[in-house]
Amino acid sequence: MSGNGYLFAAYAATWIIHIAYLGTIVRRYSRLKREIEQLKKSGTRS
Amino acid sequence: MKRAFPILGIVTAILLSYALCMALMPVTHIWIFTVGAPTEQTMGNVQRIFYYHVPSAWTAFILFFVNFAASVVYLIRRRPAADIVALVSAEVGVVFCTVVLITGPIWARPVWGIWWTWDVRLTSTLVLWLIYVSYLFLRRFSSSGQTPTLAAALAVLGALCVPFVYLSIRFFRTQHPQPVIGGGGSIDPRMLHVLLINWLAFSCFAYLVCWSRYRLEKLQRDVDEAHALESLLDPRGSVR
Repeated sequence: MSGNGYLFAAYAATWIIHIAYLGTIVRRYSRLKREIEQLKKSGTRS
Repeated sequence: MKRAFPILGIVTAILLSYALCMALMPVTHIWIFTVGAPTEQTMGNVQRIFYYHVPSAWTAFILFFVNFAASVVYLIRRRPAADIVALVSAEVGVVFCTVVLITGPIWARPVWGIWWTWDVRLTSTLVLWLIYVSYLFLRRFSSSGQTPTLAAALAVLGALCVPFVYLSIRFFRTQHPQPVIGGGGSIDPRMLHVLLINWLAFSCFAYLVCWSRYRLEKLQRDVDEAHALESLLDPRGSVR
């Protein structure tokens, strides 16, 4: 791999790590949203 | 507060793009701005990893310091908000520390000829990462009511490793280069400018991520509380 190859690999790795983490936050948020909707439904039923 | 979030998001995106352009312009030959980071004479373009590696390390250190301060506040005052700040800063700090541990070897391979060496700086950074990963494991898998207290105690002890990692290159003979700021080394002012712009961009990004994660964690705790309340009440609304 050339110097530029290592450079782009490092930059790409940085953003892959950050985007993967942001992905876990989005996934957790959508799961929580579903939970809140279920709670609201069970609240209106009772 | 709600309006500040998208504004900060836009500012962060602009800063990150600007910082990336400044760091990579001479490599891509796409000159958007007239000033960019000059190419280092010995290492060449691979030295530009510096503009991501060093700001990520600084951001991780700051986040671990925030984790330490929040943990101390939690141990003294038992405020749930301090516990959430400690958890969030450790989580985002681990992400930035992971970036440091990945970009470091990618930089080391063409410059030192090896991916990794067990020298003090590298090993202590790995140990620091392992401490905070174990902190997150403790938070994730322990269901005891004492978990926040135990985690705060671990965080206070773990924070002792941060100054050791930072100062290790001054006290020990290591393969890792000496610090460019405050360590007797010199740096081209244009390189310093790009370095500081990248640090500012990553700090804003970290703040934004911490903010989102804090809101998510707070919401999660509210939902857990609502679930607990719901399980206590029967369908008619009276306590069992």
